[in-house]
Amino acid sequence: MVRSVSNHVARSILSCDTPQPEHDLRTRMLLVVEQFLNGLQFGLLLFLLAAGLTLVFGIMDLVNLAHGSLYMMGAYFAATFVAWTGNFLLGAVLALAATLLLGIVLEFTTLRHLYGRDHLDHVLATFGLILFFNEAVRLIWGPAGLALPLPAWLTVPVAILPGIYYPAYRLAIIVVALVVALLLYLGVMRTRVGMLIRAGASNREMIGALGINIKLLYTLVFGLGAALAGLAGLMQAPILTVQIGMGENILILAFVIIVIGGIGSIRGAFLAAIFVGIIDTMGRAFLPNLLRQMLSSAAASTAAPALSSMLIYLVMAIVLVVRPEGLFPANRRFIRKRAATCSY
Amino acid sequence: MRTAFWLAGATALALAGPAYAGETIKIGFVSTFSGPTAVIGNDMRNSFELALDHLGRKMGGKPVEVIYEDDGQKPDVGKQKTEKLVQSDHVDFIAGYIWSNVLLASLKSAVDSQTFLISANAGPSQLAGELCSPYVFSTSWQNDQTPQAMGLYMNQKGVKSVFLIGPNYAAGKDMLAGVKSTFKGKVVGEEYTVWPSQLDFSAELSKARASGAESVFVFYPGAAGVQFLNQYTQAGLKQQIPLYTAFTIDELSLPLQKENALGVPGAQEWVNDLPNEQNKRFVADYRKKYPNLRPTFYGAQSYDAAQLINSAVVAVGGDTSKKDAMKAAMEKVNFESVRGSFKYGNNHIPIQNFYLQDVVKDADGQLSLKTVATIIKDSQDSFHDKCPMK
Amino acid sequence: MFVLTLFTRIVILVLAAASLNLIMGYGGMMSFGHAAYLGIGGYAVGILAQEGFGSGFLQFPVALAASAIYALVIGALSLRTRGVYFIMITLAFAQMAYYVASGLARYGGDDGLTVYKRSDFGGLINLSNRTQFYYLCLACLLGVVFLIWRIVNSRFGMVVQGLRSNEQRMQAIGFPAKRYKLVCFVISGTLCGLAGALLANNTDFVSPAVMYWTRSGDLMVMVILGGMGVLFGPVVGAVAYLLLEELLSQVTEYWALIMGPLLLLVVLFGRGGIMGLLGRLNRG
Repeated sequence: MVRSVSNHVARSILSCDTPQPEHDLRTRMLLVVEQFLNGLQFGLLLFLLAAGLTLVFGIMDLVNLAHGSLYMMGAYFAATFVAWTGNFLLGAVLALAATLLLGIVLEFTTLRHLYGRDHLDHVLATFGLILFFNEAVRLIWGPAGLALPLPAWLTVPVAILPGIYYPAYRLAIIVVALVVALLLYLGVMRTRVGMLIRAGASNREMIGALGINIKLLYTLVFGLGAALAGLAGLMQAPILTVQIGMGENILILAFVIIVIGGIGSIRGAFLAAIFVGIIDTMGRAFLPNLLRQMLSSAAASTAAPALSSMLIYLVMAIVLVVRPEGLFPANRRFIRKRAATCSY
Repeated sequence: MRTAFWLAGATALALAGPAYAGETIKIGFVSTFSGPTAVIGNDMRNSFELALDHLGRKMGGKPVEVIYEDDGQKPDVGKQKTEKLVQSDHVDFIAGYIWSNVLLASLKSAVDSQTFLISANAGPSQLAGELCSPYVFSTSWQNDQTPQAMGLYMNQKGVKSVFLIGPNYAAGKDMLAGVKSTFKGKVVGEEYTVWPSQLDFSAELSKARASGAESVFVFYPGAAGVQFLNQYTQAGLKQQIPLYTAFTIDELSLPLQKENALGVPGAQEWVNDLPNEQNKRFVADYRKKYPNLRPTFYGAQSYDAAQLINSAVVAVGGDTSKKDAMKAAMEKVNFESVRGSFKYGNNHIPIQNFYLQDVVKDADGQLSLKTVATIIKDSQDSFHDKCPMK
Repeated sequence: MFVLTLFTRIVILVLAAASLNLIMGYGGMMSFGHAAYLGIGGYAVGILAQEGFGSGFLQFPVALAASAIYALVIGALSLRTRGVYFIMITLAFAQMAYYVASGLARYGGDDGLTVYKRSDFGGLINLSNRTQFYYLCLACLLGVVFLIWRIVNSRFGMVVQGLRSNEQRMQAIGFPAKRYKLVCFVISGTLCGLAGALLANNTDFVSPAVMYWTRSGDLMVMVILGGMGVLFGPVVGAVAYLLLEELLSQVTEYWALIMGPLLLLVVLFGRGGIMGLLGRLNRG
């Protein structure tokens, strides 16, 4: 009892409502930094998902709604392989390989027959794939969902600044995603395959005319996109649970990102992802308090989650109204050409 | 145009079917059997089936037929399934309902057709108050009751301040209101998250930490509860700020929450180790019939729902047209509940005990839920005054 | 009795799909936010009913007007974009409408709103009578299909279809492309708002869930499945989709395992949806 009271006194000094301006300001600053990190982490995770999507969209002109299913499969594979091998990293690597393979098989068996078809055919076909994957997962793994426990060394919070503790695992996500982003950048900007990818994004017919084996390139790009989605899924799995349909909500966010960033642009996807991640988190973090100053507490509590979820879509709508081709369109020429001939 | 005429013809045929009065007792059961929360629905179905086994699959001498319908955790689908059970299957009873919003959407169809509805889980405040009905009974609780018990326990522990987090839907709002109504300390913050799509709670957790609250209370049923506890532990908050819960840790989520749930208290009206005979039989036979599973409070409430229906059918000797007599029989609670005895208030919501449950390691090193204490005896919901039934 | 409720629901959704087909099939505007109108029409009925305005003569015009205004505003903004950007911006607006509805604490927020009394049309028609209501919906559907048929074959409809095939050429001839498209967009939205008002009456309930993006996706799938830009395409598509779902789910719990590949097969082998498939079979 005595201890808890003294604890309480100690804490109330730190809390926001005591007349201690310096402490107050410091706590608030720390909170802003922490929320910024939360947003950054979320954004980087979204980037992994969006990168694959924007590549597939930009190069093969394929709208792949089943991208979220690959994210889900990555998580399921990871939970299964980690449980089998008993080793988190080994399981993660196996899961990555499995998603890559799945992506290649998927491209080879069905999706390659959709290239060059209408976007709406893509929507219908890949919507069918979503149904199929969700149901197949339910049949194989059951409806209950799986847990992917972290190894002990990743579960501890780390003091990144005095007074700011941040979950080690979320830090790990930030690091891994930044490394992947860097590798992608180097891969696309500095290698021969990367050059072909860029060429494909800006003019598809041309690289075919150059005698490049487009089919192989497409399969490769799709596999890479699948692996990136799988990586996002397996990294998200320990934070969320592994469950059916986990890909669908996040898929829409990924689409929002590639549209804001400009289709086909890795750089655009990167910047837009971080932007969306931070907007979303900051909105959830600070909008309720802002609203509470304007509305009654009860009304603010109900309206805040709705408003903060709306924020991203509002941003997308504004971006599209002002810049109808996204912020960093990779293939300006291509789009302009399509605008003239395209059927819609 | 031809299609439209075909449609019209098909419906005309359907209309011609005679009203059906059968020699079986027909029960509809609406719950979630698809999607991530299907595990809850499965547990309810398992328990309901077990109760029927225990009753010899007969009620009042007549064979029982159960029609299970999946609401997909969507209010409009649940409403549609309820309508189908009432209009097309002509069931005598409808039971089930996990989600408050699904129940609220479905209520009108059942009540309008004077079909008895037994809520085996959902307990929105409206159901206890202005929307109470002679045809609606609950074998669970009113949403506020369980967190009210938790608030009382936090008072007993001398907790001075709390940060509340819950999902933004009917039950979430009821739950946080419940804690606030009994907790005597200060509520330093209150956060609602988007339900069911928001699964990352980092922003809310950072705010809870910064608020300097002495404790955190949460309500997250199903998979969201697993995610919340994962993230609470990963953020290092579990060592820093004690967590209090309602409906966040149960036998379904525990295998996924694992050590993260150890030592986190919850309030509940039923725990698997309650020492009455009916409960021992329920738990033992459940584990025998479904070897890898353990029953949950959702299951216990569904088991009781079957027993409650049986008590009504037996009282009228199987003649389910005697609705008044069945209502009177159910109001008496003339069966052995697995939670021990309870009574019905004027609004058909149980007046019952609430227990403190804790997560412990049992003899074989398995995590399990255990009753620690009785928090409150004969708790009645605080909305019964608003119910016009006396 | 329930079959009647089911068919009423199908008729209403066919109506919604037909309205989407007007802009998607004929106008070439891929709206991924069409479910928003179902919600707006539904909430117009639900909110007015809750506030004590039970008359259908008020509720339905308000539902249509609200949908039209919403369509006018988002259409004016969305038509600045094209292609997949148009798909995404319509989605964005629908998601915003969804979250606005979730934030309406007074009208149930996330949980939705029960409509305790169906729209009251005096002695004219009783919506609580299931047969009468069914025939009302059927009449609405026939009326809408007829209207779309007239629009498509009018000068206005020809221009809109011309814009789909080649906007630049049409503009060069001197047609104000955007204005034509906007009018088409508003008509489609208004018709879908009618479906929303009927749907709220059919389920006695309206919730933000009817506006969620997956519902817009369902409508799109119905139209594509049936065959875009064909008058009866959405009718066939919606009926096939909804009946298949209902039938398969009675055969197996894992119905989506069959439904998914079926959709895929329709795309791979049946260009132009079911109507396209039938057309080719007819030709031999």
